[in-house]
Amino acid sequence: MPHLLTISPDFNTKYLSGWFVFNTWLQKSLGEAIHLELFDDFESCRNAITADKIDLIYANPYDASLLLRDKGFAPVAHPQSRPDEAIIAVNASSPVGRIEDFKPGMRVSATKDPEVNMICRIMLEPADIGPNDIQIVQRDNYVLVAKDLMKQEADAGFILAETFNDLSPMIRDQLKVILKSQIHVIHHMLLVGPKLAGKAGQLQQLLCAMGQDDKGRAILRDIGVNAWDPSSREDAEFMIDLMDTLIV
Amino acid sequence: MRDMTPDDLGGHSGEEHTLTYFDGFRRKVIVVDREVPFPEGKLIVSRTDPIGIITHANPIFVEMSGYSEQELIGEQHYILRHPDMPAPAFKDLWDTISKGIKWHGYVKNLRKDGAYYWVYATVVPNIRDGQIVGYTSVRRKPSRRKVEEMSALYKTLR
Ligand SMILES: Cc1cc2nc3c(=O)[nH]c(=O)nc-3n(C[C@H](O)[C@H](O)[C@H](O)COP(=O)(O)O)c2cc1C
Repeated sequence: MPHLLTISPDFNTKYLSGWFVFNTWLQKSLGEAIHLELFDDFESCRNAITADKIDLIYANPYDASLLLRDKGFAPVAHPQSRPDEAIIAVNASSPVGRIEDFKPGMRVSATKDPEVNMICRIMLEPADIGPNDIQIVQRDNYVLVAKDLMKQEADAGFILAETFNDLSPMIRDQLKVILKSQIHVIHHMLLVGPKLAGKAGQLQQLLCAMGQDDKGRAILRDIGVNAWDPSSREDAEFMIDLMDTLIV
Repeated sequence: MRDMTPDDLGGHSGEEHTLTYFDGFRRKVIVVDREVPFPEGKLIVSRTDPIGIITHANPIFVEMSGYSEQELIGEQHYILRHPDMPAPAFKDLWDTISKGIKWHGYVKNLRKDGAYYWVYATVVPNIRDGQIVGYTSVRRKPSRRKVEEMSALYKTLR
């Protein structure tokens, strides 16, 4: 049975083929058979984690606690200077100019990404808008969220900052950013499960050396990662503690 | 940790208080009635050891406190205690976190220059191998309504 690798469902689809190439590189470098399985949504990804099906994962910080503390995963590496940040955006013509202008009852267009939704909800707190004060219009991806804003079918959108920057200039020009988070310390992380624990050190060395040759750099570029930095157990624990302060 | 002096306030005068901390240490602080707004979209993060000595502070923490990082690391977290904060709030904090439970609350903090800033703070214990090895606190921007409500409540508890 090959090992199972998965990528947190919030990955940008433009990197889809890049992750398959990354997996080919991974199998060759580690000398292990690994199958890349992608899940459509966070729920099915979580179910696979809970059922102990996953051996390697590029994980969302939201799942880090489950993986590291309950499922015996070990941290390996995280992308250099690529923190997870979120944006609250509105239609360019919206009268809203700052967070405090939002009113309870507002319609928010959002995906199911639990991390982005958490950060954006926190950014609404200064306006005294709690989870029960917003009506969520759920969409499958951020382009649909942007469209809701353009068509004024929502008063605000919760968007992953990186994806926002990838929207076409034509779309972006019709939107206005009210606030972008600057949390800096929350990021995705590559983790290995118990069955591959013996390979964690080797994998860390391989990943962190990827930026040293052209081939490695090309693979990295196609998954949107500059370079990998090693993640220690304590780095990961620190991030989990931090997430714990933010999750209600 | 030394007493505050008018120099810390850039020569301005303020209201003097003497605070006595949990460990018996006493310090003179000077406060001015000036609020520094919480920066939008950011989080203030610090960590302490099990007795409340600061071991880590993020750049926003350093900036908002008015101290340098070197002045903060190794000091007791009470360096930020504002005389308007009632003792029961911190008793509740310590009673909760020392049991390994997460704590939330609104806190008015004292800056090095005598001004203050309000935060909504969450403190979690850092549990490693079943032991509490320290605490992490993350503060976010509170709403004005909450600040006014808590400020009125704290006056009755002092
Ligand atoms: C992780 C952590 C963060 C804390 N942050 C603050 C803070 O920002 N401001 C503050 O006045 N006290 C903070 N405290 C509480 C202080 O340790 C202290 O209890 C408080 O300032 C009152 O001083 P006292 O206990 O000596 O009376 C924090 C404690 C912990 C464990």
